[in-house]
Amino acid sequence: MESKGGKQAQTIRKVLRYIRKYWLYLALSIVAASVTVALTLYLPILTGYAIDLIIEQGLVDFAGIMEILKKMAVVILITALTQWLMNICNNKMTYNIVKDVRNDAFRKIEILPLKYIDSHSYGEIVSRVIADVDQFADGLLMGFTQFFTGVITIIGTLGFMLSVNVGITGVVVLITPLSFLVASFIAKKTFTMFKLQSETRGEQTAFIDEMIGNQKIVQAFSHEDEAMETFDEINGRLESASLKAIFFSSLTNPSTRFVNNLVYAGVAITGAVLAITRGASYISVGQLSCFLSYANQYTKPFNEISGVVTELQNALACAARIFELIEEDAQIDEPENAYVLHDVDGTVTLENVSFSYVPEKKLIQNFNLAVKSGQRIAIVGPTGCGKTTVINLLMRFYDVDAGAICVSGHDIREVTRKSLRGSYGMVLQETWLKTGTIRENIIMGKPDATDEEIVAAAKASHAHSFIKRLPNGYDTVITEEGGNLSQGQKQLLCITRVMLCLPPMLILDEATSSIDTRTEIKIQQAFATMMKGRTSFIVAHRLSTIREADIILVMKDGNIIEQGNHETLLAMNGFYANLYQSQFAK
Amino acid sequence: MKKLLVFLKDYKKETVLAPLFKMLEACFELFVPLVMAAVIDKGIGQSDIGYVLKMGLVLVLLGLIGLTCSITAQYFAAKAAVGFSAKLKHSLFAHLQSLSFTEMDELGTSTMITRMTSDVNQVQNGVNMVLRLFLRSPFIVFGAMVMAFTIDFKAALIFVITIPLLSVVVFGIMMITMPLYKKVQAGLDNVLGITRENLTGVRVIRAFHKEEEERVEFEQSNSQLTHMQLFVGKISALTNPVTYIIVNVSTVILIYTGAVRVDTGYITQGEVVALVNYMSQILIELVKLANLIITITKALACANRIQSMFELSSSMEWKNSDSYLNEAVRNGDSDSKGIEEIKTKFNNDALTSYAVEFNNVSLTYHGAGDESLSDIDFKVKHGETIGIIGGTGSGKTSLVHLIPRFYDATKGSVKIDGQDVKDYSMEELRDKVGMVMQKAVLFQGTIRDNLRWGKADATNEEMNRALEISQAKEFVDSKPKGLDEYIAQGGKNLSGGQRQRLTIARAVVKQPEILILDDSASALDYATDAKLRKSIREMGKDNNKITTVFIVSQRASSIQHADQIVVLDDGKVVGLGKHEELLERCEVYKEIYYSQM
Repeated sequence: MESKGGKQAQTIRKVLRYIRKYWLYLALSIVAASVTVALTLYLPILTGYAIDLIIEQGLVDFAGIMEILKKMAVVILITALTQWLMNICNNKMTYNIVKDVRNDAFRKIEILPLKYIDSHSYGEIVSRVIADVDQFADGLLMGFTQFFTGVITIIGTLGFMLSVNVGITGVVVLITPLSFLVASFIAKKTFTMFKLQSETRGEQTAFIDEMIGNQKIVQAFSHEDEAMETFDEINGRLESASLKAIFFSSLTNPSTRFVNNLVYAGVAITGAVLAITRGASYISVGQLSCFLSYANQYTKPFNEISGVVTELQNALACAARIFELIEEDAQIDEPENAYVLHDVDGTVTLENVSFSYVPEKKLIQNFNLAVKSGQRIAIVGPTGCGKTTVINLLMRFYDVDAGAICVSGHDIREVTRKSLRGSYGMVLQETWLKTGTIRENIIMGKPDATDEEIVAAAKASHAHSFIKRLPNGYDTVITEEGGNLSQGQKQLLCITRVMLCLPPMLILDEATSSIDTRTEIKIQQAFATMMKGRTSFIVAHRLSTIREADIILVMKDGNIIEQGNHETLLAMNGFYANLYQSQFAK
Repeated sequence: MKKLLVFLKDYKKETVLAPLFKMLEACFELFVPLVMAAVIDKGIGQSDIGYVLKMGLVLVLLGLIGLTCSITAQYFAAKAAVGFSAKLKHSLFAHLQSLSFTEMDELGTSTMITRMTSDVNQVQNGVNMVLRLFLRSPFIVFGAMVMAFTIDFKAALIFVITIPLLSVVVFGIMMITMPLYKKVQAGLDNVLGITRENLTGVRVIRAFHKEEEERVEFEQSNSQLTHMQLFVGKISALTNPVTYIIVNVSTVILIYTGAVRVDTGYITQGEVVALVNYMSQILIELVKLANLIITITKALACANRIQSMFELSSSMEWKNSDSYLNEAVRNGDSDSKGIEEIKTKFNNDALTSYAVEFNNVSLTYHGAGDESLSDIDFKVKHGETIGIIGGTGSGKTSLVHLIPRFYDATKGSVKIDGQDVKDYSMEELRDKVGMVMQKAVLFQGTIRDNLRWGKADATNEEMNRALEISQAKEFVDSKPKGLDEYIAQGGKNLSGGQRQRLTIARAVVKQPEILILDDSASALDYATDAKLRKSIREMGKDNNKITTVFIVSQRASSIQHADQIVVLDDGKVVGLGKHEELLERCEVYKEIYYSQM
């Protein structure tokens, strides 16, 4: 409990830090809210005065009434103005804070270690940046407009009521907490129902995700009826769970309204009885009418606050999740005088490198490798053997646990990330394209490329012919994750991207897995010209590629188990030899 | 939205009763100021404590009745809303399932999933709110006006002016902000898109050190969103102050008019209090209405999106079951003997004709400019194995997708057993064809559940046989629970090769007449691939079923033993024949083959 409270306090402190920048809006908002509430409460008093001047036929003090009505008009105008001011300030503050939080979160995403991103689902991180921030904003906005004004209203009303009449105030104060109790009682009772509802809803979403997401297979197997059946079963359960949750939670409003009515009746009876027994000097009709409108105003914030408290707690929970992301450890900073790699000669050495993703599962241990300039290194092994681990280390997406990797004689931890990564041209198996035009995607590595250079690169990677057939050629917009291109076309674009900037070293991760062999050969020729004199690391399946490599790294279960060239490895008659035989067996 | 209302049809009673009870509740609320007026005029005016107490009891009673009505209304509203959304989801699910591949490609699965989940929830919420509050608020507003008329005609005229003025303001602001909220949503989608993109492309972005540019892009979109939000916020921030002014200025006028009317003896002091009370009731309801409008706006936008889903109909028409026979019945051979004859004739036809024929088939995808397949023409005999090979984008997948009629040929015809695929019913056709797609997808559930996709009543024996054929038996047996081993969503707990073999088993267990393997052995090593092909070739032998097999592959070795090899290049057939023939005369095939040696 203690730690939870402490954590909440911490979160609040962090929220306050974001608010601090907008303290002027906050101060204005508080002042405006206080004025609004005070004037809103003052208005019924004026109404009461006016009513007391309207007694009966012939007994109406028009001069007095006019005086009061003028006052009322001024009060109304000022109230509206401060109300508006308060809304504007709250909006400004909230949305700007949301912007700041999102920017901070995104900035963090850009410098998070890959380890974090690989171990969290994208959906989860995205939902923190989008949904959680939204929830937090809603809670913040509601908290400010309702919680704050609610509290002031309660205090203000109490003060005004006491100043008008102590006895009747007592009635209001005694009955009101009842609505609070009722509301929290219902909230507690409905919690399990809501839980069941959200669980069932989750189940349904997962099912929809699976079936609609793989609709083509469902249709190919004529599985629609079975899918419908399962869907209806879940849907039915969700229906009854939702009905319960929605119905029981919707009892809050009528119940608290009922309590309001009790307060109203209580005020009416005691007020009227007191007026009769003690006379109009104790409480006048005008004062009674003023009390009645207070009775409405006084209970309303109570109901709202009970809602706001859960909302605020929710908002804090969301805020905590966002801060967790924002405060996540960033990748290790570059040393101050980090070396900027230039004129890279293509030598890469790995000295006593050890690495594992989790300490419990050792992967690469004491690995040594010396790559000379212009050598070709093939990484082979069965699927899932951790071939990409090597890429992760070379590109410094992950840092080695022990040992060192040096490029051109510099430890890669002592050079700038930018210059290290810029020295490699990387084509991954998972093709990734940015939303934008084909051109924008190609020039990623060389933003100032001329059209001629772009076309030349595209021709070299054999992407030109399909690009020019697209509706807008190089300016065709690629939809989300390249949905309008085939896998092979996407891969060609990724290759073009590298062809354009021609870095001194290459990393190709099954770069041609989705490309047909004929095109692949052409690309490989392009690669071959590209690789001439360039050190290249290739994750490869095809034996022809592997055979020509200067060094072959054979991986199994995350570890590098054999190392050598084709002939020496065959002579070893180990895992590689086995793999080779099996692939060429008919 | 309008068309979605049919889903409320089964909840007519609830849909009517919920607002009705809400109105009843509102009615009782409207009596309260009248009772108060009586308390002031009769109770206090004539110092009658007994009357005051009686009226107090009436107030409590009104509250109680209001509570009962309200709870009843909430129940009906919840029931109608929940039932509505269940029905809506059912229909939407069924509708989405009925769409053909063309529409699915166009919509994208993520859109369909959002429509089915969050959009439907928003609409459900909207329906619930509308039933509960949307009628109540206007009712109280107009009710207050009517009650004012019962008190005093002249004073009530102030209500007549105030209410339309308020409506104009509230609805005016709503009309202005509604499209703006849509823009805000689009802005949010944009921010979401960039965030997602930066996660999926983290390696590439960092490899090209684009972090800084991405950050700038994000901050721009984010600022745009904030700007939009503030703009909308400014407009909707006007609602409360403006309504406040209108209602309270009306109250001021009301008090003055009341004073004049009391002075001339038309109404009493208590009645003035009642009139003022009615005016403040209007204000309270308006605040509620304004909040409600936001919910409804959102719900309406979602409802429209859902409706546009429904408006999208399948571009493919299917014959009813047994269409071939129906055709015959329509032609007059309605006696059962006739049908029997036709059935036999049909079966004979099936045996004598080709298993699959492509007659000058061309295919242009919807919205695409160029043909993806042009003038494909070849015939396949029963029991043959057909290899299809060609470059990326050469149309291999498009070609086999025409066989189970995932898409319709734009020109020419595809025939199975001598009958155009368009003349089969969906069940008939998909029953004949077993398809293994490129992407190996399995579903949550046991291995057994997944295999039963192929054949709902498959026995263990049949399943084991299918696993044997697909070379999956060994690894399934090695699982602790065998066939009952649980597969996580998307088959995450299996390797790519294992998934592929299970998807093949799923199609094989169906014992289809035509089996299509669309590059579905790519994750298998050459040895397993060879074994798989061998067992598929032989699978028909032990149960006397003749299976025609299509193998799409990038590997020449996978198809070189096929009875016929179709070599595709840029959507055209550039070679057709056996391996040896093609090696001699097909340049493209030669190139592919030798590149892989």
